[in-house]
Amino acid sequence: MDARQSVRQVGPVVIDIENITKDYVMGEEIVRALRGVSLQIRRNEYLAVMGPSGSGKSTLMNMLGCLDTPTSGRYEFNGRDVAEMDDDELAAIRNREIGFVFQTFNLLARATSLRNVELPLIYAGMDPESREERATQALTDVGLGDRIQHKPNELSGGQRQRVAIARALVNDPSIILADEPTGNLDSKTGEEIMALLEDLYQRGHTIILVTHERDIAAHARRTIRLRDGVVESDESSFVPRLETVAAS
Amino acid sequence: MKRFLYELEESWRIAYAQMRSNLTRSILTALGVVIGIVAVTLMGTAIGGIQVGFDKSMAVLGDDVLYVTQWPWKPVDDWWNYRDRKKIQTEYAETINRMIAATPNSNLMVAVPTSSLMRSIKYRGNQVENVFTLGTTSDFTVTSTIDCKEGRFFNEIESRSGAQVVVIGYDVADALFPSESPIDKSVLINGHVFKVIGVNARQGTFLGLFSWDSMVAMPLAAFNKYFDVKNELDARGENQGQSDVRVKVRDKTKLIEAKDELTGMMRRVRGLPPEKKEDFSINEQQAFKSTLDPVKNTIAIAGLFITGLSLFVGAIGIMNITFVSVKERTKEIGTRKALGARRRTILLQFLIESTALCLLGGFIGLAVAYFMCFGIGKAFPSFPIQFSFGLVIASMIVSVLTGLVSGFAPAWSASRLDPVTALRYE
Repeated sequence: MDARQSVRQVGPVVIDIENITKDYVMGEEIVRALRGVSLQIRRNEYLAVMGPSGSGKSTLMNMLGCLDTPTSGRYEFNGRDVAEMDDDELAAIRNREIGFVFQTFNLLARATSLRNVELPLIYAGMDPESREERATQALTDVGLGDRIQHKPNELSGGQRQRVAIARALVNDPSIILADEPTGNLDSKTGEEIMALLEDLYQRGHTIILVTHERDIAAHARRTIRLRDGVVESDESSFVPRLETVAAS
Repeated sequence: MKRFLYELEESWRIAYAQMRSNLTRSILTALGVVIGIVAVTLMGTAIGGIQVGFDKSMAVLGDDVLYVTQWPWKPVDDWWNYRDRKKIQTEYAETINRMIAATPNSNLMVAVPTSSLMRSIKYRGNQVENVFTLGTTSDFTVTSTIDCKEGRFFNEIESRSGAQVVVIGYDVADALFPSESPIDKSVLINGHVFKVIGVNARQGTFLGLFSWDSMVAMPLAAFNKYFDVKNELDARGENQGQSDVRVKVRDKTKLIEAKDELTGMMRRVRGLPPEKKEDFSINEQQAFKSTLDPVKNTIAIAGLFITGLSLFVGAIGIMNITFVSVKERTKEIGTRKALGARRRTILLQFLIESTALCLLGGFIGLAVAYFMCFGIGKAFPSFPIQFSFGLVIASMIVSVLTGLVSGFAPAWSASRLDPVTALRYE
């Protein structure tokens, strides 16, 4: 059976956004990056956010990743109101609930894979032994069990992104937020990374993919297109219902 | 709390990695702190040395000795009231001693006369000018701790008989007898022959304050036989000779009572009626100390302030490099924030980086200062130097504080960075 065709159980709502807007002040002008976006994302979804540059895609990603707060509107993450949180509360949400995967990997250049993956656990206050155990496990899960003492410059691009994915996974977050994860990789390596994300999805992770590439977005089960700060379309390749269709 | 410890450990690790990967930059920046710490530490050492030298000089005066003098040991505005006072006579000592003997439970122990002049001393080809020449009695050893390196102080018999013997200071001995023992040698003091019977141990000089090193002492009877204190005039026609009486107190906790008693005795010696003011001064070490303390403190404050400026320059260097470091690693800060680093975490990280640099500078500076002190101590043995453990602690604290203060502004700006902007920074 093609995994793409399988319909999986979808869990409770993780992200609930209602009519959020975001304005930026650029000199004299006010740029309205988001003009009222409403969105619900459930556990175990695999969602792609698409849109041309200037569509508000990055702004929405920053909102979803709790890196920024909306100018107006409601944002609940696991039932908690995020829109009114201060910097440190947002940091705690990011630490525990969100795993970031960046286009440029954003690994610490002078630290080994293990140390890079341990970072979120340090901020979570975990003791050194458990930290090392968890980080080693996460690296093994992404197929880098034999690269834990390597530094980023000793790894290939694909391996670096795997380290970044292991780092995103290590704190067992509610969502994995991948921003153009294949943007800096050749297409073959990109496919490997997408296969890894698919694997994570199959293992029950919630994945939000931000991309402008149709091929990449095609891996997701649901695609949201943004244009001029509003949702243009929201399509699912299957109906997300709380029921399991027997694989046949 | 635990999390804080882990973050602290992580910050130290980052700071170490950061210093290693920017070695040249780190060393150059730390150099500013090194210079600052060396300057401050050497100043601290010098101040410590001044204190020691000061205390040594004070110990010569003795904290249980009262000095009867014409002039008080403090600055006076109405000097004309003192100028015409009668000179202190060495004979007063005998009178006072008789009074002490006649007073039951006297607070005073013994009075010792001293007369002094500047004299030149000669031994064969060597001559020393302007030596502080003191005439006194054998009781002098009671009022002042005399530590003879060789030989002895003159005894009571020599004192009474006015024997032509002399005890010389370390520097005098060194100048006159560079390669032989001075004991039993005959020196010429203004043409008169004296036999050296003792050499004082080295005391060290400080700001030209009292030191035995450049003095000679002889029995007062011999002194009076050859030198005339009262009519001794220098080139400007001023009398440089001086006679005092010093009185040892039995119990230094009763210094005030002793002073009152001595005042009464001196009034009787001088025959002053009750309504007349005293025409003499009675001084003790404390009075001298309170005059010199402000001077000493001013030197200390001014010195530390000036050397502190060099440390300040070092701190600016640290601040500058921390700003550069924050700028360079803006993206890293963004990443860390995305991964859950809180403001405090980022603040701590950069504070520790700047502190680590300052501590590095502090350690190197301290080592340099230590060796410099050692070198100075070897090259100029007379310069009092005091390198103490407290100074080590103090300079480490100063280093850490410098790091914290200079790192605060950049660390604060780093901790306030907006994660979105920071992540996008290239």
